[in-house]
Amino acid sequence: MSITELEFQAKAVESAPEQAIEGRSQWNLTWRRLRADRVAVGSVGVILLVITFAIIAPLIASLTGHGVDQAFPATGLDVNGSPVAPGTHGFIIGTDDIGRDLLVRIAYGAQISLFVGIVTTAMATAAGVSIGLMAGYFGGVVDAVLARVIDAALAFPFIVLALALAAVFHPSLNIVIGVITFFSWAGISRIVRGQTLSLKEKEYIEAARSLGAGPWRIMFIDILPNLLGPVLVLATLYIPTAVTFEATLSFLGIGIPEPAPSWGNILGEAQSYYQIAWWYVVFPAAALLITTLAFNLLGDGIRDAMDPRTERIFAGSAAARKGRRRRGAAAAAEPAVSQGS
Amino acid sequence: MSDTSVQPFPTEESLGDDVLVRVDNLVKYFPVRGGGLIRRTVANVQAVDGVSLAIPRGKTLGLVGETGCGKSTLARCIAGLIPATSGKVYFEGKDITNLPRRAMQPYRREIQMIFQDPYGSLNPRRRVGAIIGEPYAIHKTATGAERKKAVQDLMARVGLNPEHFNRFPAEFSGGQRQRIGVARALALRPKLIICDEPVSALDVSIQAQVLNLLADLQADFGLSYLFIAHDLEVVRHVSDKVTVMYLGRIAETGPGNSIYDHSRHPYTAALLSAAPAADPDSAAARQRIILTGDVPSPIHPPSGCRFHPRCPKAQELCSQEEPALEPRAGDPASHLTACHFPVEAGEILARAGRRESR
Repeated sequence: MSITELEFQAKAVESAPEQAIEGRSQWNLTWRRLRADRVAVGSVGVILLVITFAIIAPLIASLTGHGVDQAFPATGLDVNGSPVAPGTHGFIIGTDDIGRDLLVRIAYGAQISLFVGIVTTAMATAAGVSIGLMAGYFGGVVDAVLARVIDAALAFPFIVLALALAAVFHPSLNIVIGVITFFSWAGISRIVRGQTLSLKEKEYIEAARSLGAGPWRIMFIDILPNLLGPVLVLATLYIPTAVTFEATLSFLGIGIPEPAPSWGNILGEAQSYYQIAWWYVVFPAAALLITTLAFNLLGDGIRDAMDPRTERIFAGSAAARKGRRRRGAAAAAEPAVSQGS
Repeated sequence: MSDTSVQPFPTEESLGDDVLVRVDNLVKYFPVRGGGLIRRTVANVQAVDGVSLAIPRGKTLGLVGETGCGKSTLARCIAGLIPATSGKVYFEGKDITNLPRRAMQPYRREIQMIFQDPYGSLNPRRRVGAIIGEPYAIHKTATGAERKKAVQDLMARVGLNPEHFNRFPAEFSGGQRQRIGVARALALRPKLIICDEPVSALDVSIQAQVLNLLADLQADFGLSYLFIAHDLEVVRHVSDKVTVMYLGRIAETGPGNSIYDHSRHPYTAALLSAAPAADPDSAAARQRIILTGDVPSPIHPPSGCRFHPRCPKAQELCSQEEPALEPRAGDPASHLTACHFPVEAGEILARAGRRESR
């Protein structure tokens, strides 16, 4: 054994006490692991930027002097009536087919996309968790009925329903939110139901019953905290799905109605112009891609951080690498030391 | 387990009429359903089949038996956690059998449980303060600072550091976790605590500490215990009265000393002979009764005496007629045995164990 290995071990022993004493909750540990994950931290940064972009949409509008619904046929369209390219006449990323500022519209579109993504995910999670808990905890007839409803909701052809609803009602923000929520809760329910089925057999649930806790208290105070991890991961992954869903509906013309901008309806209009105005397609598509990618990577990061077994496979965390090397050195040094002494 | 470290429980030959809980002919069958769309009941697991017993006030009733003999099912029926198929449970003379949840609520405060698994019985996502304070929250008896103080008093009483109320169960050892379970059971000042194998998951040195704690608490609060275990030495130390169960029925019941010194049922004798003795001299001197075969299926229990296929003393009568639970071989009225051919003093069962020699 080499001197360096011994030194490594000595350092590990010295630094051990300052780490071990304070008691940490599971959330605390998750948070620490998440902070060490560069990809997840980067995703949070990107998400915060997109949110900021959405919030300052009015500011962008006033700085450029271009309103969201304001068309500029004189400056925003060229002599052929086509959109002008980025950087022309103060349109930073160009204009759309009727001469509106694309940057301002994408910023306002971010408001709608994020609003739809977060609101539908919150509603779908609340509904999915409640229904899944009830199906799993009560079992019997309640479960039989709810499980069939979940199956039906998962089997439903969503485009058909969306088209039908758009045909019967006028397309609107509320219908978009309703449709997306309706197609999102069932997946969460199914997972929550499965987890509840296994958790309700735990002895601490029986302990709660023996103390006199009622079914609702057991579901929401005893079982739900044990489910929050998977639910949080699911919810983070449902946000980009909902954003894409909204874009799909708007692209098909059954989502957010004009003139309100959404990434989906901008893309929908852009499809006839992509050959002459690349920016008309590229910028809204990039906004959609970056946002969904960031949420997906964050969801993966949270999932890894929740799982104690993933601690050692962090890519690119200096602290984790150092810890890993130290552990390895200590493990290698140990048998040699005991032989020597 | 080390005998000297456990405080002796006060024993009394006569338990008197002061009965806290009376169980009358309790039956619990678990239906076995067939496959297919319409799930008919094709058989019943006869987990508890006609058990009557009385838990004396301020005393400890030990309940002994092999795994699967129905002792935990019986405990859960008494605690109202699972509905009984038939029979009655009386608490202080009031019928509490299969009460709906709200009607059961006042009795929940009187009957608490301590569970076997100190890891499984505490919610890993809740802090210890919340776990011990849960009974107060459910029964709305204390809130805020008052609840916190009550929780910390309880923690100190069961030997935990009250400063640790903000920790999670994972930060405690098995023995400490079991103390948390004891504190939770104690929170509402119940009259009866059902201890479902409270020490069998613990280290032997920790077992004695928890048993001593239970003994102290019994003395301080006048608690009654229904103490379930399969370790006969543990039961001997804590119990005033012992009931031995076999396959859903009571084999023998009586005052602890009487059961241990003059066991009448061959099953009790076999159980006692199987317990490891702390004293090597006595261990060498005694005869082990080896039971043949496995515990029969509780779906199709044997006819007559349920123990007869494994009993070294079984005769023709045993498979035909079920023996009554009554005083045998001149025992006092408090010592009841369900056996046609009870073990007499000085009888050596180990030799009779070979069925060919009959």
